Amino acid sequence: MSTTLERTPTPTPVATPPGRRRQRRLLTRLPIDGALYLTMILAILVMSVPLIWMFLASFKELPEFAQIPLQWLPESFDFSNFAQVASSIPIGRMFLNSVMITILGAGLKVILGLACAYAIVFIDVPFKKTVFYLVLFALLIPGQITIIPNYTLIADLGWLNTYQGILVPGLASAFGTFLFRQHFLSLPISVMEAAEVDGAGHWRRLWRFVVPMSVPTIAAVSLVSIVAEWNEYLWPMLVTDNTRTMTLPVGLTLLQSLDGQQNWGVLMAASALVTVPILLIFLILQRRLVAGLTAGAVTG
Amino acid sequence: MTAFTPSAAASATASAPRSRSRRRVRPRNLLLFLLLAGPNVALLLLFVYRPLVLSFYYSMLQWNLGSNIARFVGFGNYVEWFTNPDTPQVLLTTAIFAVTTVGGGLLIGLALALLLNQKLVGRGIARTFAFAPYVLSGIAVGMLWLYIFDPRNGLLSVALGWFGVGSPQWYTTSPWALIMIIIVYLWKHIGYVALIYLAGLQAVPQDLRDAAALDGAGRSRTFRSVVFPLLGPVTFFLLITTMLSSLQSFDLIRAMTDGGPLGSTTTLMYQIYVEGFQTGRAGYASASATVLFIILLAITGLQLKVLERKVHYS
Repeated sequence: MSTTLERTPTPTPVATPPGRRRQRRLLTRLPIDGALYLTMILAILVMSVPLIWMFLASFKELPEFAQIPLQWLPESFDFSNFAQVASSIPIGRMFLNSVMITILGAGLKVILGLACAYAIVFIDVPFKKTVFYLVLFALLIPGQITIIPNYTLIADLGWLNTYQGILVPGLASAFGTFLFRQHFLSLPISVMEAAEVDGAGHWRRLWRFVVPMSVPTIAAVSLVSIVAEWNEYLWPMLVTDNTRTMTLPVGLTLLQSLDGQQNWGVLMAASALVTVPILLIFLILQRRLVAGLTAGAVTG
Repeated sequence: MTAFTPSAAASATASAPRSRSRRRVRPRNLLLFLLLAGPNVALLLLFVYRPLVLSFYYSMLQWNLGSNIARFVGFGNYVEWFTNPDTPQVLLTTAIFAVTTVGGGLLIGLALALLLNQKLVGRGIARTFAFAPYVLSGIAVGMLWLYIFDPRNGLLSVALGWFGVGSPQWYTTSPWALIMIIIVYLWKHIGYVALIYLAGLQAVPQDLRDAAALDGAGRSRTFRSVVFPLLGPVTFFLLITTMLSSLQSFDLIRAMTDGGPLGSTTTLMYQIYVEGFQTGRAGYASASATVLFIILLAITGLQLKVLERKVHYS
């Protein structure tokens, strides 16, 4: 993103001595730049202060939450809130469930989407257009119309409170297939034809040519899927009421008290546990993630 | 699966040069197509298309979730939905939520994108901060903001106190609960809009800006007459995607208000959940789901039809 073209409107070339021009430019730019920086700092604060507040609060003791005036830093950085989270819900188990379901779900989604898009773009069968429209239209079908019928199916299969119950209904990849197809259409056709002439079958062409040429798209789709799987809430909440198979976001709501008296320290500690892993992945791989999200939005 | 490699390779060599001109379907291709596309398509049919059809059917039943008894009532559920005294409020809440989150999101997102497109030191960091909330769990974000909105000792009530303003009872009073959720929704989703707009801004050709500058257009004039029209396709894309995600949002409402107080934050999506899984009226909930689906289709169709003509593709 940041390698992109930086432009400020170039002033109209007029016959002023260069020194004076620069000075005048500086004088008019200064207040504008100042205002821009101020706005930018304000934006950064609005976006970051809530998150910083959450992390600080996760270390605060109960009496500190009622303190006036407000204390920014906790009196001591001890982990009692985290310990209390662990004693209220099996947080380790839920964390593992979430990690496993995220990896499996995102991985399978990518494989299914990749295979399906390859077939649609490169294998010549008469009905492949129909298959593509089937995928495309699925993008328009909202999740909420599918939840009740899918729930009854999963319940009939005896899959409530199982990993496959959480995982399988969400595996079909309409979004991934669509992105992969767009990318495959942009691949150099000559390479594919050369591979074909050299006697490489579809299976080899997929793995030896298409996959290596698609690494950025694969990475982007994987990341988007990882974020989606990790944060998924409604479906796992409906399918699980058992803490053995529950995922982290669902477990988080168990900590909310019913009488309205929230133990904020415990809730903030648990929220931090849900947000830190995905925030780290985002910070490390943000360029790829951004590429995945903006793909198809601007050119499409 | 490896068994396919030699045979597929052989067949490809045999007929490679003329494979495009001949439209005869080769069984091997057919088999491979089914193998590669089949699983994904089967899953789509089973978990997206089947429920779509089934939901229409369920909407005609008087049927409770988990029960074996179902009575066919035709359009009874729809009649009940349209005559239900709660329906106007659910529709109004849904409309207010959608319009403010989509409209506000596009406006603030565009402003943020314009800001982050300036040559400023540290804007890379600013972009990261702007986008970070978008990747976070809606449940965790909801809980965090619930604490910030706490009327007694939340960060916001303290901040309002600096200006001598008392904090409203966000959780328990009618317009404030919805306003609270809209604010948090915007906070979480603004980065996405800004990012897509930013990508769009960077695709605007520099020579067009130069030409405008040469014609004597100032910054704001250039934006209005050159840049914004070129952002048409991006705005169009965002309008559809943010509308769809706004109408389907669930996590924040669940974490923050549970649809209350007195149903004032119950959107159509939330109503489907409450009717289907809390009251257990699956038939009635399916009717609401169908209504929502038709609304979504109509909006998408309308946007495609009306806006497509006004959008300039460069």
